[in-house]
Amino acid sequence: MKMYINGSIKEFNGIKITATELIIQLNLNGKRFAIEKNGEIISKNFLDGVYFNEGDKIEIIGAVGGG
Amino acid sequence: MVDKNSNINDKLVIAGRTFHSRLLIGTGKYADFKETRSAIDASESEIVTVAIRRINLGQKLNEPSLLDFLPPKKFTYLPNTAGCYSSEEAIRTLRLARELLDGHNLVKLEVLGDSNTLYPNVVETINAAKILIADGFDVMVYTSDDPIVAKQLEDIGCCAIMPLASLIGSGMGILNPWNLQIIIENSNVPVIVDAGVGTASDATIAMELGCDGVLMNTAVALAKDPILMASAMKKAIESGREAFIAGRMTKKPYMASPSSPVEDLIK
Repeated sequence: MKMYINGSIKEFNGIKITATELIIQLNLNGKRFAIEKNGEIISKNFLDGVYFNEGDKIEIIGAVGGG
Repeated sequence: MVDKNSNINDKLVIAGRTFHSRLLIGTGKYADFKETRSAIDASESEIVTVAIRRINLGQKLNEPSLLDFLPPKKFTYLPNTAGCYSSEEAIRTLRLARELLDGHNLVKLEVLGDSNTLYPNVVETINAAKILIADGFDVMVYTSDDPIVAKQLEDIGCCAIMPLASLIGSGMGILNPWNLQIIIENSNVPVIVDAGVGTASDATIAMELGCDGVLMNTAVALAKDPILMASAMKKAIESGREAFIAGRMTKKPYMASPSSPVEDLIK
């Protein structure tokens, strides 16, 4: 299964993956981030209930230095 | 004798939040996070701006992040929309920021119109502000120094108006104090000069004009000694504020007035 994460194509096993599983696979567990699936924000509290599928566009963002 | 504590109750209030410091500081362009933190500590700023960007999913994942050096519990984060050229991009960015920061809704809206000058697109800015305010955000808004636009942004509910002093990152100082003065006189919400300050005297002039605060980044981060400049900016802001409250003497063009007695001169 291929998905677009932060603009890059990433491959995963299976036909779907929960947001929680994705976060673990990306080593983001315990880090502060916000995540969006196909333009919709996914609340941190509902990561278990959201599945990602082939072709989904995912954005994972954080805070960086800026003025 | 001047009571040094006479201004102790002179606080900056933005959308019901009270701040002691009138210096708002950006977190970009420093050599590293340690320098960022040291400069911000020296500035005694309480509000720090941050940008919202894609997380680097590569090897840098385990390196410390900005949030490790600037704990959100200690500082008031002001997520910005730098790099956004449409109201849609800005709104999307700030909704993600709110999710990132556990519902924190105080934000800096800026919608740019041109990548060379980074001049704001005020039409897109107004459109974005309306939607964000309806969505529950407290919007501090970066804008041009157009007094009519500033008033419109206040009227639609922005909690602070942040006109530029000059172009972002230019360090050219305050180019149009006259417009700033009109904006300040017409505004019922805090007016914070955002962008263009180059050195301490620029910040002082902004505060002497009656601005409620100054937001800066490059002037501190790109100084030869950013930590010392941060300290200078803190004093400049305080100095300008005190001078504004104290009330300057009336200018008397071409009318000299000796400060020493004119009688009993030694002859």
